[in-house]
Amino acid sequence: MSIATTILRSRAVAALASPHGVDRYLEQVNPMWAAHEVRARVVDVHREVDVDGHPPVATITLQPTSTWRGHRAGQHVQLGVEIGGARRTTRVFTVSSPDSRHGDRFTITLRANPDGLVSRFLVEEARPGTIVHLSQAEGDFVLPDHVPDHIVLISGGSGITPVMSMLRSLQRRTHRGRITFLHYAQGPEHQIYAAELDDIRRSGHGIDVHLLHPELGDPALSPAWLGRLVPGYRDVPTWACGPAPLIEAVQAAYDGSEALHVEYFKPPRTATGSAEGEVAFSRSGAEAANTGASLLEQAEALGLSPEFGCRMGICFSCTSRKTEGTVRNVLTGEESSLPDEDIRICVSAPVGDCVVEL
Amino acid sequence: MTATQIKPSTTSKKKSTARQSEAPTVPGDDLFERLTPEQLEAFGDEMDAIRQRVISQLGEEDAAYIRNVVKRQRQFEVAGRALFYLPPAWPLAVAALSVSKILDNMEIGHNVMHGQYDWMGDPGLNSRMYEWDNVCPSEQWKYSHNYIHHTFTNILGKDRDVGYGILRMDEEQPWRPYYLGNPVYALLLMTFFEWGVAMHDLEVENIVAGKRSIADNKPLYPGLMRKIRNQALKDYLLFPALTGPLFPLTLAGNATANLVRNIWAFNIIFCGHFPAGVSTFSQEECEDESRGHWYYRQLLGSANITGSKLFHVMTGNLSHQIEHHLFPDLPARRYPEIADEVREICERYGIAYNTGPLGRQLASVAKKICRLALPDRLTGRGSRDADVVADDAVAA
Repeated sequence: MSIATTILRSRAVAALASPHGVDRYLEQVNPMWAAHEVRARVVDVHREVDVDGHPPVATITLQPTSTWRGHRAGQHVQLGVEIGGARRTTRVFTVSSPDSRHGDRFTITLRANPDGLVSRFLVEEARPGTIVHLSQAEGDFVLPDHVPDHIVLISGGSGITPVMSMLRSLQRRTHRGRITFLHYAQGPEHQIYAAELDDIRRSGHGIDVHLLHPELGDPALSPAWLGRLVPGYRDVPTWACGPAPLIEAVQAAYDGSEALHVEYFKPPRTATGSAEGEVAFSRSGAEAANTGASLLEQAEALGLSPEFGCRMGICFSCTSRKTEGTVRNVLTGEESSLPDEDIRICVSAPVGDCVVEL
Repeated sequence: MTATQIKPSTTSKKKSTARQSEAPTVPGDDLFERLTPEQLEAFGDEMDAIRQRVISQLGEEDAAYIRNVVKRQRQFEVAGRALFYLPPAWPLAVAALSVSKILDNMEIGHNVMHGQYDWMGDPGLNSRMYEWDNVCPSEQWKYSHNYIHHTFTNILGKDRDVGYGILRMDEEQPWRPYYLGNPVYALLLMTFFEWGVAMHDLEVENIVAGKRSIADNKPLYPGLMRKIRNQALKDYLLFPALTGPLFPLTLAGNATANLVRNIWAFNIIFCGHFPAGVSTFSQEECEDESRGHWYYRQLLGSANITGSKLFHVMTGNLSHQIEHHLFPDLPARRYPEIADEVREICERYGIAYNTGPLGRQLASVAKKICRLALPDRLTGRGSRDADVVADDAVAA
């Protein structure tokens, strides 16, 4: 840590910058100056895959502020962008580049999900120079410090990013063991990192790369096939990441083995447009069928006592975070489906499934 | 501008007098035209439509505006702190720091803490996280202001902002000899306004009245002490110390900037609810209130101040107190543009829209503070009539 950072993080400077905090001043001068927060400048946007009629996939290179503490391969980061220069929306993306250290550049690779505000913005609108907001790296889907002699990495679709980060890290560390790398994609033209994986397949010592396209006749993942490829695979440390169906198949094949580590992305649940679905309050664990009443009333009916004030949407006392689902503002009729959004529960009614941090 | 303040004209006064037999009179509201429930509903719908339209337009311009105000506030602050190293520039340093504190408290703090910019998703402009440059902890202020004051605006016995528990600001508050000191209390409250706002949350008047126990305040102390310590530390110790031998000058400058902010904020805020012609309400009248009636009460309970664009920014757009009370969670920069529309609607419904230049609104508030110091029999009951007449004379 540089002297400047040490000073900026000191209690004396915090006292002088009270009550706003040092970063609120630094950002006015240069968005890449920060003492506590993490931000990044987009350095490069590279299209990985662009198949007509399919959402494109791109790799974004990010130069973080010096506050970035680095990441371990397999971890993810929350990334927020200001859409239309006004509304900041945050989503989670896995880092695709190898392990990074303090202030190191890193990359994320993502598909421009047609319903995803953030992924579409990053792939289609972000340019070198665009500033994004970051969390520190999070997650424990990571390799152990001492990597076993033989490991298996399984991925599907854009779930390739964390295992690719692992593969790249191991290559950089000149890992001497054996790595079995399995990846499922829709077809060869959808293959992310095709050229790099081809290079590795031809020259990577001890790395078996298997790129599979079941729609073209390649074998689907099954215990028998996996057993032929990696005998005794249930005892081989394995990291798997991908869409829910693939992860379910992997979990079935490993049959509760402790050697398996998984991470998967839940597909967003869509609104049903009426008082259907389940309402869940995640902190208390209370859940019930959606009655169509306001979230405040539904929470109270379940015996919770969330904070509230005016009960008419003006005082913001009841503001809570909605993590999943769609809500309708009962005053304006406006519906909103953004994940991780602060809502006033006294004037918000769930539309279909909904999860609120209460 | 002489007569921007729309007062019930002779004709409308006659009409309301004629209707008094059917509609129950509301304390302090007998001068105003009363609306039927149908009219109230239609009026509420018109207000909702304005709100809806502005919400659908929120975007880049609003975000750029508030970020620009924050940027200017930070610049004034840094400039003010730096100028204290140049003793001859002392008045300039005080001015810059005062502007910084006024912007921080009013156009940024007050409005951000109302959730006006929550839709941006920026933690630095979020109602749940913002802390202002003021000794009152934002968490406590949001309860007493956003919830109590904005929900129960001008309802006597419910809205603790009426008189701040210290002053007599309405005829309905029974006179006691204590109120002879009304003007003195007002001057003290003005001078120490940020402290008054902080102490307001302790509800001392309710403790005296036996409606609240001292133990109820216990949970408030740690936040209050932390905030006071942090504020005092930087303004009265650290920044003065950093200027070395100029310590006393810087300390005096910081204290002056806080005082300037206090005086400014007090005056703007008192012009928002206490000039002549603003109504108060009884608790009975506001039971089972409809949405239209709620809007109506917000409107009758607030007053605007006319002025330039810069003036509006420096008041945090609380010069548009009427629009703020109708739409407390809309970005304040939108109030001037919707004011014309609100006013036009008021004219159609025959509702008084209380506005006037700063000088006149201030004089009106000062007069009220002094008049209410005395028992009503000395000033004459129905003093509202007298007040309006007198005010008209001033305006003319």
